[in-house]
Amino acid sequence: MINRFIHLGHAGLSTIASLGRASLLLFAIIAGGLTLFIRPRLLIAQLFNIGVLSLLIVAVSGLFVGMVLGLQGFTILSQFGAAQSLGVMVAASLVRELGPVVTALLVAGRAGSALTAEIGLMKSTEQLAALELMAVDPIQRILTPRFFAGVLAMPLLAALFSAVGIMGGYLVGVGLLGVDDGAFWSQMQDKIDFYDDIINGVIKSIVFGWVVTWIALFNGYDAIPTAAGVSRATTRGVVTAALAVLGLDFILTALMFG
Amino acid sequence: MDISQVTHHPPSLPPTPLVRIRNLHFRRGERVIFAGVDLDIQRGRITAIMGPSGTGKTTLLQLISGQLRPTAGTLLVDGQPIHGLSRQALYALRTRIGMLFQSGALLTDLTVFENVAFPIREHGRLPESVLRKLVLMKLEAVGLRGAADLMPNALSGGMARRVALARAIALDPMMILYDEPFTGQDPISLGVLVSLIRQLNDASGLTSIVVSHDVNEVFSIADDVYLLAEGRVISHGTPAQLTADPSPWVQQFVAGLPDGPVHFHYPAPPLAADFLGK
Repeated sequence: MINRFIHLGHAGLSTIASLGRASLLLFAIIAGGLTLFIRPRLLIAQLFNIGVLSLLIVAVSGLFVGMVLGLQGFTILSQFGAAQSLGVMVAASLVRELGPVVTALLVAGRAGSALTAEIGLMKSTEQLAALELMAVDPIQRILTPRFFAGVLAMPLLAALFSAVGIMGGYLVGVGLLGVDDGAFWSQMQDKIDFYDDIINGVIKSIVFGWVVTWIALFNGYDAIPTAAGVSRATTRGVVTAALAVLGLDFILTALMFG
Repeated sequence: MDISQVTHHPPSLPPTPLVRIRNLHFRRGERVIFAGVDLDIQRGRITAIMGPSGTGKTTLLQLISGQLRPTAGTLLVDGQPIHGLSRQALYALRTRIGMLFQSGALLTDLTVFENVAFPIREHGRLPESVLRKLVLMKLEAVGLRGAADLMPNALSGGMARRVALARAIALDPMMILYDEPFTGQDPISLGVLVSLIRQLNDASGLTSIVVSHDVNEVFSIADDVYLLAEGRVISHGTPAQLTADPSPWVQQFVAGLPDGPVHFHYPAPPLAADFLGK
């Protein structure tokens, strides 16, 4: 029995120590942000890796999610004679919730796992130590551009997800199920508020970008420098990021719309 | 003036050692790695740090380069207490120290050329044409100018280590730290690395610290050898002095004997107790 308490205590202390290390790392990453003004090419390269290379998966997922929303929304709304409001339902769902959340989950899976594995492997192959020995700060040189690229790319990817998703909803609702073209767009334009819906969605995706990239980078930087250690860190990074996104989504939604 | 009367004297070496270590203690958790190490690295010489695996040879390099902090003791590099320096001063000192990692530690997303150019680009603003010539000269020194456009994954282990050596000398350092440079090398690569370390040291007036347990290779190039075991320096001298040292520790290491003061068996209960489950 006492052993369980000891184990619990160790786990608690280890989690707190981990959070402390992650916070210090985040501070060092942000403190290195000035480098990006001096060498913007570092940021652009990472925007390509995290943003551009995620475009396909985000766009395709957005299209299918929008098509499913169109289909489900039409079925439910037509029971109440409100099928013409399909555009509002699709757009609100995407801009407020699904755009930021699903994009964050996709980025955590595609780019986040790649970041953790890359940093973890750089650590295990002594590349980070080599940078340090060449008098180059590995946090500033490697982690800072990746962090800010993640924070910048996420709202752009979420916007793309939502835009493609609306097109998916339009294709199914208007193209296949006979919802009126004008009603679809005009009701959307009328009911979707720029500040309440769009800006809040953008804020969510910036927060998710921050959290997903931070978790991915920390897990790579803190990984045990072995094959098994990097593998565990990658899995832990994706799982933690996904849970953090979903948890934070609830908190942010409660604050914004509650 | 009669040219035959001109005599060339080697440049007089400053009397202070480049690295001075006194009463160095270091531990990892409960495990004591160093318990009072005193060691001097003389300028312009190749000093080998030797000892069985697990004696903390690589740890000593990490302490000298300021990657680790000692538990106690003083460690001066070029007269500066490396663990008391600000980050800026430490980085300034590190630009004068090159390190060859056991794995090479090349940046895998850059070509061989860009790897060698990396420290020069980071710490200087040279025109591209000058930088190109400089990098090609460094690569020529290690015999790999022809491999400039290859990616690190296209290199053999020996080639990767030579590229890493070219990168380590890119900023014309005062000292190079070699971490197990001979491990896992074929005889040809081994011979190339051994002669490169000697040539670079003599031609560029460097100070070299070679951490290794390859007795033959190290003894063929080292000027000084420190033998570490159980957290202390157990012998120090030229390779000839160490070969003649009657200490059983030294003889076991130099002759490669399987048993002696360093036991073949890791400490364990008696075999019968393990087999009979007592």
